[in-house]
Amino acid sequence: MAKTQRVHVKLNGQEREAEIEPRLLLAHFIRDVLGLTGTHLGCDTSNCGACTVILDGRPIKSCTFFAVQADGRELLTIEGMMRDGKLHPLQQGFHEEHGLQCGFCTPGMILSAYALLRGNPSPSEEEIRWGISGNMCRCTGYQNIVKAIQNAAAKMQQEGVAA
Amino acid sequence: MIAKTSPEIGGLGHSVKRKEDLRLIQGKGNFVDDVRLAGMVYGQAVRSPFAHARIRSVNVENALALPGVLAVITGKDLEKAGLAWMPTLFHDRQMVLAVDKVLFQSQEVAFVVAEDRYTAADAAELVEVEYEELPVLVDPHRALDPDSPILREDREEKTNHIFHWEVGDREATDRTFQQAEVRAQVNAIFQRCHPAPLETCGCVADYNTGTGRLTLWLTSQAPHAHRTLFAIVGGIPENNIRVISPDIGGGFGNKVPIYPGYVCAVVASLKLGRPVKWIETRSENLQSTGFARDYHMTAEIAAGRDGRVKALRVKTLADHGAFNAAAQPSKFPAGLFSVCTGSYDFQKAFCEVDGVYTNKAPGGIAYRCSFRVTEAAYLIERAMDVLAQELKADPAELRLKNFIPPDRFPYQSPLGWSYDSGNYAAAMNRALEMAGYQELRKEQAAKRAKGELMGIGISSFTEIVGAGPAHTFDIAGIKMFDSCEIRVHPTGKAIARFGTKSQGQGHETAFGQIVAQELGIPVADITVEEGDTDTAPYGLGTYASRSTPTAGAAGAMAARKIRDKAKKIAAFLLEASEEDLEWEPGRFSVKGVPGKSKTIQEIAFAAYTNIPPGLEAGLEAVHYYDPPNLTFPFGTYICVVDIDKGTGETKVRRFIAVDDCGNIINPMIVDGQIHGGLTEGLGIAFMQLISYDESGNVQGGNFMDYLVPTAMETPHWETDKTCTPSPHHPFGAKGVGESPNVGSPAAFVNAVVDALAHLGVKHIDMPLTPWKVWQILKQKGVVD
Amino acid sequence: MIPPSFEYVRPTTISEAIALLEQHGEDAKVLSGGQSLIPMMKLRLARPAWIVDINAIPGLGGIREEGGFLQIGGLVREADIETSELIRTRYPILHDTARVIADPLVRNLATAGGNLAHGDPANDHPATMLALRAEVVAAGPKGERSIAIDDFFVSIFTTALEPAEILTQIRIPIPPTGSGGAYFKLERKVGDFATAGVAAQLTMDANGTCRQVGIGLTNVGPTPIRARKAEEALRGKKLDEAAAGRAAQLAADESQPSSDLRGPEEYKRGLVKELTRRALVRALERARR
Repeated sequence: MAKTQRVHVKLNGQEREAEIEPRLLLAHFIRDVLGLTGTHLGCDTSNCGACTVILDGRPIKSCTFFAVQADGRELLTIEGMMRDGKLHPLQQGFHEEHGLQCGFCTPGMILSAYALLRGNPSPSEEEIRWGISGNMCRCTGYQNIVKAIQNAAAKMQQEGVAA
Repeated sequence: MIAKTSPEIGGLGHSVKRKEDLRLIQGKGNFVDDVRLAGMVYGQAVRSPFAHARIRSVNVENALALPGVLAVITGKDLEKAGLAWMPTLFHDRQMVLAVDKVLFQSQEVAFVVAEDRYTAADAAELVEVEYEELPVLVDPHRALDPDSPILREDREEKTNHIFHWEVGDREATDRTFQQAEVRAQVNAIFQRCHPAPLETCGCVADYNTGTGRLTLWLTSQAPHAHRTLFAIVGGIPENNIRVISPDIGGGFGNKVPIYPGYVCAVVASLKLGRPVKWIETRSENLQSTGFARDYHMTAEIAAGRDGRVKALRVKTLADHGAFNAAAQPSKFPAGLFSVCTGSYDFQKAFCEVDGVYTNKAPGGIAYRCSFRVTEAAYLIERAMDVLAQELKADPAELRLKNFIPPDRFPYQSPLGWSYDSGNYAAAMNRALEMAGYQELRKEQAAKRAKGELMGIGISSFTEIVGAGPAHTFDIAGIKMFDSCEIRVHPTGKAIARFGTKSQGQGHETAFGQIVAQELGIPVADITVEEGDTDTAPYGLGTYASRSTPTAGAAGAMAARKIRDKAKKIAAFLLEASEEDLEWEPGRFSVKGVPGKSKTIQEIAFAAYTNIPPGLEAGLEAVHYYDPPNLTFPFGTYICVVDIDKGTGETKVRRFIAVDDCGNIINPMIVDGQIHGGLTEGLGIAFMQLISYDESGNVQGGNFMDYLVPTAMETPHWETDKTCTPSPHHPFGAKGVGESPNVGSPAAFVNAVVDALAHLGVKHIDMPLTPWKVWQILKQKGVVD
Repeated sequence: MIPPSFEYVRPTTISEAIALLEQHGEDAKVLSGGQSLIPMMKLRLARPAWIVDINAIPGLGGIREEGGFLQIGGLVREADIETSELIRTRYPILHDTARVIADPLVRNLATAGGNLAHGDPANDHPATMLALRAEVVAAGPKGERSIAIDDFFVSIFTTALEPAEILTQIRIPIPPTGSGGAYFKLERKVGDFATAGVAAQLTMDANGTCRQVGIGLTNVGPTPIRARKAEEALRGKKLDEAAAGRAAQLAADESQPSSDLRGPEEYKRGLVKELTRRALVRALERARR
């Protein structure tokens, strides 16, 4: 077995650390070691995006990244989306527009949308679909997900809130 | 007519926002892989690389020697416990772990258990299996050839033929064909595909040596049926098994069968006395769990020159893979395929289906299709278009001419179904209006003159769901009723438990709305539970669009029982006789005496604090509902496509979907189901395929090659409804989850064929990949 | 799903990285974006005993025009190429290419350097770099050297990089005025590799003659292909519809596609022809701006 390594990350604003094998995938690190199971695994060939997390502000597939690579970096998972005990406008938007059914793709989808709105606060439908094209959903047909993101974008513009 | 309740009560027809959202949008769902128990260990299957081979030896020494490995279970180990084979859901048996030979690539051969996932993966690689390859059979059309290998040496009759099934009047149908003025025929393959829910299958099997109970967290669409089957097959007393289906990340039929991984995890837990988690990878899911379709069909229509259809003749070859693990009602080897007369008034019909074994993954499950109804709807809608082409008729007009008229319901189909209600022309006309059909045809003509390829495809499907009445329907012997138990608390809140199990369909909200409608208790005050077999009443689960027709009905009936008791309590409290009381959602009032009433909350409180003499305390009821019939949702879909001549790519420009599922509980949820089902239909029509090369190597066995639409491929869906209630359902609902997946493949294919019809194209098999379309264009000289 | 064990190092200088690669030889692989390597490791098709993560090495980023070249650091992420204003306006062929690599999530990690160094004929940048006549800068035990893109792709999954060399920069000669390029990719769905892809880069004379032509083909051979005969047919000639058609046919003839799940050979050749034509038309439009 390989030498274990110590990994420090800032996860949802909190410092966390653990001693892990280099081959431990970031997704498993988040779920099994740090105990946050909101990040899901839907495939084994890096195609589905269910495992999306935000690394230093950018959405990535946590199944295609080793936890050791995240040493010293910042992570945001779905569990970190609430602000002061309130749902983020994206979470609220998904609820209002029925943007989820089974909920398995939802954390990854919300995080991709979060990154999209940070870079583009007022995206067109085409830009939204492009922005979430790495996130697979089997239930919704994406139509209400688009509406959910538009709902959140509008609300955030109104409130002058950045993502 | 259904009384409309206030938004606060949120009964039928309200687009109540979903309760289940709160935990899911926070990532606080509880999916099977989220379950973490003290002492939990991990299992992984070892799988065959060969499609057909004898097992010469299985050597587990090196795997066992790896630190952290706790056990390696082989077929021989299971054989000692009589568990190497298990019954399938359909009159067959399948191997749990192979002993003598393997029958499909990726079949389970051994099961390793280790302290953590990573060690389990390493251990699986260390199990050494010696195989001796055997000749492979992957073409179902060759299954009955004398020189094809016999796959199932375990069966008494040494043949690859599984069943022959027929229904209808063969002679009368043949006679009608002999006299027919016009005949149209289509050979259509509904390709092997896979439901691929985003969450794969898995379980945590926790045998507690202290209590002697097995708790099984399971990705199960039918927890009670699974519990009973585990008890019977595993020899564990049923009261000592608790199946919990927590949050399920999509099912679509994939989570109805029992898989070897579940059985191995249970065996491992019994052996080790520790919880054993088994979560399959996506590759394992696509390559070994319940596939769908693989129906090779021929349909012939006999018609008059006036376009009136007279007879339908259907012959189908069904490829079931290595084991017949079809999840369908036990009397129906081809499911409800005989609904293939569709929306049309055929006088005579005959349908026969033969099932065969091949060296492929086992199954033939219902993938969002109510037991082969997708195959049936696809076939008849393609055949009608072929007939339209033959007659040079407009496909919309041909359908309108042949629809079963509304006054013929309940309609007896020539293949034995009694359709409850329908108004096909209304849905068709609405769809045509939304589409601007005449304008589209004009546009098409103009484009055609310029050499541009535009197509319009119509599908006017009728499907059959809500299985089903006890006299005809059972799965593995268990009748297909469903159930609901409601308990109203002293403070007027309620809990309702159902025998179904949502995997995203929103039952926690929608089924609460049923109770809200019947009792006038606000939906926010009603907790809905499903999936724990220790507490939920027995049911057959959620698939085949059966939940609203069966469990939903049970919910209404149970609520009505409660209302009956509530009336007695109200009469007592109001010192009136029951005949003098009238009901509006939420209260009983004395007729003609305004102000003299009791709310359901007051009645509930009284049920515990001021009980009428002679009545039991409490306010609850349970109902097991045996549906009198199936229900028949229907609709018309219209698809508009443009084909890129240079690349063969099809762009879906518009898709209009008019659905009729009778009375609707939650319009928002229904629309979500429509969007999702249409997207699956799109994937099936254009890209989804599991295929095998001649050595039995599976292709499309992971998400790199099993293609599922992203937001970019998916068009905007335009939806509308008509409403033709079911006359036999307690609140006139029919179920709708599968309609879009049932009706849409034909719409897509009809559109593409329509775009190429002027070139003489009659039919193209799915998936309609760009290369397939391009090859046709090249053949027809459209591409240089 | 689970990769085999390996040792992991993250050097902070190029020389340290090179030394590690030298030390471990065949047992080591460079980890750049990891979006090709890690999936292969998860399928246990790649089993390096040592992973040398180069992401902490400074000086491998940057997109800038300098010394007559567009310089793209080896670690520049595809997402940054996609959103770069400089690239979108002055090198739209690269914008076209970056935006169709995999999906937006992969692009946040995948690097342009990795896209070339991996040697996968299905990757998208190689064809574009061929069309642009790029150079690859490599740093190794013997120092730094520049490799012409025409010499870079040797065979399937094999490049001209020596075992202990690291791709540090991609340099593209800044095209003269009157230039334009485009990349067209046909994929089965967003996120897929190309069924076929064509990159075309042109420099036009004021009188509509092609002065310079570069045409690269994606995923229709064991390596990315430079369609030399197609280029030859256009160089020094007027680019009209007929000329584009002829060049497109030549490119199709030069391609070496295999039949697979993405389509039969005949289809892929047909695609090369069609996409070459479209890429030339778009490149011409952009050259005229």
